Amino acid sequence: MEVGRLPISASQRSKLIAAGYTTLSSFSSLSPSHLARDLKISDNEAAEIMRVASHSHRLDGSAGGCGTVNGAQTAWDMLHEEEMFPRITTSCEDLDNILGGGINCKEVTEIGGVPGIGKTQLGIQLAINVQIPVDYGGLGGKAIYIDTEGSFMVERALQIAEACIEDMSECGGLLRKDFQACQLKMHPNNILENIFYFRVCSYTEQIALINYLDKFISEHKDVKIVIVDSVTFHFRQDFDDMALRTRLLSGMALKLMKLAKDFSLAVVLLNQVTTKYIDGSFQLTLALGDSWSHSCTNRVILYWNGNERYAYIDKSPSLRSASAPYSVTSKGIRNSASNCKRIKMM
Amino acid sequence: MWRESKCEREREKMANKQISQMGLPKSIANVFAARNVFTAKDALSLTEFELMELLDVGLAQVTSAVAHISEIVCPPYQTALSLMELRVQNEHLAGHLPTHMKGLDEALCGGIPFGVLTELVGPAGIGKTQFCLKLSLLASLPAIYGGLDGHVMYIDVESKFSSRRLIEIGVKSFPEIFQRKEMAQEMAGRIHVLQPASLSEFTESEPSVIKIVTSLQQIKVSLLQNQVKLLVIDSMAALVTGEFEHGAPRQNTLGWHVSFIKSLAEFSRIPVVVTNQVRSQSRDETCHYFFQVQSWNETIEDRTRHDSHLVAALGINWAHAVTIRLVLEAKSGQRFIKVAKSPISPPLAFPFNITSSGILLLSDDGIELTGPDINAIHCQGLSLRFCWGNLQKNIKWMPKTTIGHYLKCGALNADGIHHLVFLLIAFWWNNFIRTDKLKSFNFTDHAM
Repeated sequence: MEVGRLPISASQRSKLIAAGYTTLSSFSSLSPSHLARDLKISDNEAAEIMRVASHSHRLDGSAGGCGTVNGAQTAWDMLHEEEMFPRITTSCEDLDNILGGGINCKEVTEIGGVPGIGKTQLGIQLAINVQIPVDYGGLGGKAIYIDTEGSFMVERALQIAEACIEDMSECGGLLRKDFQACQLKMHPNNILENIFYFRVCSYTEQIALINYLDKFISEHKDVKIVIVDSVTFHFRQDFDDMALRTRLLSGMALKLMKLAKDFSLAVVLLNQVTTKYIDGSFQLTLALGDSWSHSCTNRVILYWNGNERYAYIDKSPSLRSASAPYSVTSKGIRNSASNCKRIKMM
Repeated sequence: MWRESKCEREREKMANKQISQMGLPKSIANVFAARNVFTAKDALSLTEFELMELLDVGLAQVTSAVAHISEIVCPPYQTALSLMELRVQNEHLAGHLPTHMKGLDEALCGGIPFGVLTELVGPAGIGKTQFCLKLSLLASLPAIYGGLDGHVMYIDVESKFSSRRLIEIGVKSFPEIFQRKEMAQEMAGRIHVLQPASLSEFTESEPSVIKIVTSLQQIKVSLLQNQVKLLVIDSMAALVTGEFEHGAPRQNTLGWHVSFIKSLAEFSRIPVVVTNQVRSQSRDETCHYFFQVQSWNETIEDRTRHDSHLVAALGINWAHAVTIRLVLEAKSGQRFIKVAKSPISPPLAFPFNITSSGILLLSDDGIELTGPDINAIHCQGLSLRFCWGNLQKNIKWMPKTTIGHYLKCGALNADGIHHLVFLLIAFWWNNFIRTDKLKSFNFTDHAM
């Protein structure tokens, strides 16, 4: 492994190269004090470099002859892990079907659409559905709602929470005639209590918050979904340096992906739309540019089709491109009224 | 109010906080300063690898420094429950300003919400300014009459504010208050109107955009001092476009205005009502994604539909930024007010008329509209009846804007020409025949 690829500071790297150590193997067998003398640095610094070097070496897996590579998982194990985590339902059966059961944990899903299509509604619905108890087929977790535009209305969250509890009692009553002990004791206030609300007022705060979430979630281990509404707003207002914007956004996307993987939670990012001139006409497309479109694992676009709202899976490693209708009612996101299907028992 | 403003000042300070004051270990703090990274904003605008290169320290140190800075700058959290309880306890009707239009108030869960932008968009003469006048009055009323008992800041960019009309609305809607002269004077005295013409400290040659920008910043100060409970901006499009003749405002100007007004609304927890103009939809504007395949027939249909449609000005960025959008339109001669975008309401349309006491809904059960039609703005068969006070105020700006607007709008049908001729006669009358008696009752104050 090349010394140039080690995550050490520039001056340390230049000292290593100046002293003639260009690859890892050239100094990995030395003792720290020997290295310190050669490079004219302190013993502690040399020990630090050696530690970093051996760590990178292990990750690289170039120690031939080892069976398993440190840090990697086999595909079989991953499959079993995926089956362990239920998906978060959107309360609309058609939408759940095209999403493969709901919003997946351990992944970043981006949802975008024109103003008024129902992005915030979907965000609030997910923040409440993640709290459905395990007995009823949910995750029984808490939610973090990061609001950058001030569109989170508590009255609406209360309405949707009440409707969710109503639906659960109905289903519960039908299913569990023999389980009299499992009485639903949830109150809408309990649901509201489990939504952690952050109001972000600038892109600096947004980045700081995403950095801080690591610590926050380790203290609140039962958070199972992070919703950012919307991820675009602060990055669209007078940002002169586009290259900086791209770097910041990709850094943010990486951190969110790491968060999703480390804590096994779902990350949902809501995005706005903009118009773009493609092939001689203006088309609608999600905001933040082409480089951002690569950052998220899944991408769902909400749009109007005639008089109905539809969701389209634009990009996903495991789901096919498909559209499904949904509607926004006083109870939240539900099936579209024109397709009357049986409500799925949870 | 003071607690909230202090909160805002602290939040602003956080983002611009000096790294030297954050309690980082001395060694790393010095390195930051040596490389000209002074504020949290500077530090967080660089990725961790860039910081490593810049500061010449190891990754572990950079990570822990960034984590420390992030924790300090990060906004505090609340549970949704405590948010709700706080509002129910401290705010009027849990944070809503009732409009006294029963159907609309029910749809909006109590009235115009505090802390967010509410937009009124519609063609000229539909009743946006009337709505704003009524709201200003309602906000100034004492709490027993359902008002906010506070002052109102009215930014009148196009000089459409009519104090005579305001008093007329007051007398007709709340006769028990407005019959008494001193009460009328007190209520009207709480409404502070800011017009570009009244900012005399600027010379004629300065563009009005600069004047308005400065006055917006002054508002922040006066919001805290004067117990202002409502901010009305009439109209936003004129504010941003300023001296520019043709359409699209520069993205930067609009972006700054939007962020500033939203944060103002958020921290002072007052309702902010903004009016917007309309423009005709150009042929190039489709509203489809790449995956939406259109048949040839559909395209033709869409095009003819688009030519007769009006859309809100200021673009899609602005449409995303407002929280509530109320569309005022005219269909077959009947005016409607539609809740086009709202996180708390179903898509309802209410028919209304303009009366001497303001706006009157003809039905409190709105018509529910499905589909994107709720966002469309129609202007069909509108015969505009002006009351005299309104007309007098409109005359000043009328020639350039109204004629131009009607020409663009394509409304040169019989209705439109009839209306235009009437206005031209009135214009001539006003400018050559009017007496000074008409100019009494002008409450045009300076802002503080």
